[in-house]
Amino acid sequence: MPPIKRTKFKLSHEQLGEMFYWLKLIRGFDERLSALVKQGRVRSGVYTGIGQEAIIVGTCYALRKEDFICPLHRDLGSFLMKGVSPREMMGQMFAKETGLSKGRDSALHSGVNELGIFGNTSMLGANLPVAAGLGLTFKMEKTDNVVVAYFGEGASNTGDFHEALNIAGVQHLPILFICENNQYAYSVPLEKSMAIDDVADRAQGYGFDGVAINGNDVLAVYQATQGALARARGGQGPTLIECKTYRWHGHSEHDKAFYRTNEELAMWKSRDPIPTFTTYLKGLHVLTDEQEKDIEAKVKSTIDDAVEFASNSPDPAPEEAVTDLYA
Amino acid sequence: MAKELSYLDAIREALAEEMRRDPKVFVLGEDVGPYGGAFGATQGLYEEFGEMRVIDTPISESAIIGVSIGASLRGYRPVAEMQFADFISCGFDQIVNQAATLRYRYGGRASVPIVVRAPSGGNVGGGLYHSQNPEGWFIHRPGLKVVAPSTAYDAKGLLKAAIRDDNPVVYFEHKYLYRRAKGPVPEGDEIVPIGVAATRRAGDDITLLTYAAMVNPSLEAADRLAKEGVEVEVIDLRTLLPYDKNAIFASLEKTNRVLIVHEDVKTLGIGAELSAVIMEERFDQLDAPVLRVTYPDTHVPFSHVLEAHNLPNADKIADALRRLAAY
Repeated sequence: MPPIKRTKFKLSHEQLGEMFYWLKLIRGFDERLSALVKQGRVRSGVYTGIGQEAIIVGTCYALRKEDFICPLHRDLGSFLMKGVSPREMMGQMFAKETGLSKGRDSALHSGVNELGIFGNTSMLGANLPVAAGLGLTFKMEKTDNVVVAYFGEGASNTGDFHEALNIAGVQHLPILFICENNQYAYSVPLEKSMAIDDVADRAQGYGFDGVAINGNDVLAVYQATQGALARARGGQGPTLIECKTYRWHGHSEHDKAFYRTNEELAMWKSRDPIPTFTTYLKGLHVLTDEQEKDIEAKVKSTIDDAVEFASNSPDPAPEEAVTDLYA
Repeated sequence: MAKELSYLDAIREALAEEMRRDPKVFVLGEDVGPYGGAFGATQGLYEEFGEMRVIDTPISESAIIGVSIGASLRGYRPVAEMQFADFISCGFDQIVNQAATLRYRYGGRASVPIVVRAPSGGNVGGGLYHSQNPEGWFIHRPGLKVVAPSTAYDAKGLLKAAIRDDNPVVYFEHKYLYRRAKGPVPEGDEIVPIGVAATRRAGDDITLLTYAAMVNPSLEAADRLAKEGVEVEVIDLRTLLPYDKNAIFASLEKTNRVLIVHEDVKTLGIGAELSAVIMEERFDQLDAPVLRVTYPDTHVPFSHVLEAHNLPNADKIADALRRLAAY
């Protein structure tokens, strides 16, 4: 298999600073949600992506408004980057009238067509056939917009994964299949659910390229994304990018994750995508200590505002439990 | 004299007319392309509309429906063909979890205008996996609409209505009727509205509720009863979700007796629901228990002798009508 051609990219200092902001905001959002669950202020249904943020930032930062994303359940940050306000996201997590689903469902089971965000169900991998349908429409319209579909290594064992990637390959659809390989499907480790090491290898079976990269390196993710985007926008079909990463928290906030060792967790925390990027930016003199503090303050105030907004938002009217079933 | 078409040709004509009317309508499924569909329902469409609007797919029912959902979110109106209704179980999750719930969990901000065509029904020597009537699975799922035409007129008019509907519609087309049912069809822009039953025979003594391939044996049984002095009102439900409660209650007000006939199995078939609703809401109008003639709770065997034993027919329906009349 020929290697994916690396696309050269140039990011301005301002752009690098924005990526840093998004990493911090997404981390901060998830950490706050985790605390809110412990305080009993958010009712369960919280699946954080702490430790996996570089994947979202590295991919979403490369996208256009017209591109569509099909996130998985840990990708709250992708909603923010595609244009959902922190207030709306927090309203969603608080099950308030102001949330995307108006209290109907938690987490990321809601989408916004106008922003190019698809909301999946709890059936992991079920977003992938939908991504193929979205990609098909871009192909029909002969635009160069793309779909970015996220899934975990666990979902790569579903029938929907196979059916969707196969159709995407057959139809040369403009899709980036982004695997967030965080090593565990809830408690089941990779080696118990796959007989191969790399999800990327699965792409071969569908007639397109797959590449495995360091998912904790935001610039590596961005670079691989740019390469795959160029192919998709140029009519050369899909690419699978497997981002190796690790989820710091349990499957959901109630999961103590006793199935893994402290040593393993510590090893992955030493690969935290944020300090790595921070050091890089400071080395380039793109980021000063003062700017870092300013960004941290902005992140905190943004999240504080979102929490206050959600806390003060009304609950949905009880009778809305039986509305919005039919158009 | 209006032109007459077979039920199958009526389906094909509805597809062609809707595709001409609206460039956002397209069809996809197994063998729907140059081959024209396993039963010929898409014959000629590939030649007229080309491969981007008449899409041959791999054997991937879940992806066929998932792709349809994705396309619908970008304003398209896909018509997905399941080669046999029996195979719809392979795409079950995309229908019941993805399509049926989407509007609800999107807070009413989106809908899924897809049609899933499902050739259903027995009496064609199809055996266990080419004869099923799985409509009961889908009428149990809020967010879906379910239709099941019995005439060429309704086959065309209901398919056009389904394509124009903004909700996911499962369209059960009965294979036994494909070439046996013939008659006039709607012309031009006329449709048959979803949710409205049709009275096929007027009568004051017993209300008979049925649909699809059970309409004809029901009419035959009603003719026999007429010779015995019992006038049966035969109501073709046409839409199973939402069913036409007004038509049912209006007829019951005259007759005070109800027989339900369906080819789906007895336990939790639509007859169970109709019977329960009549009992709950019109108990005081009943002069007799609501009776059912249905397929027994078993599978569809290959042997003609075995299948004939199971299928409802005019004899079985007439017997039940006599029991009701004598009550």
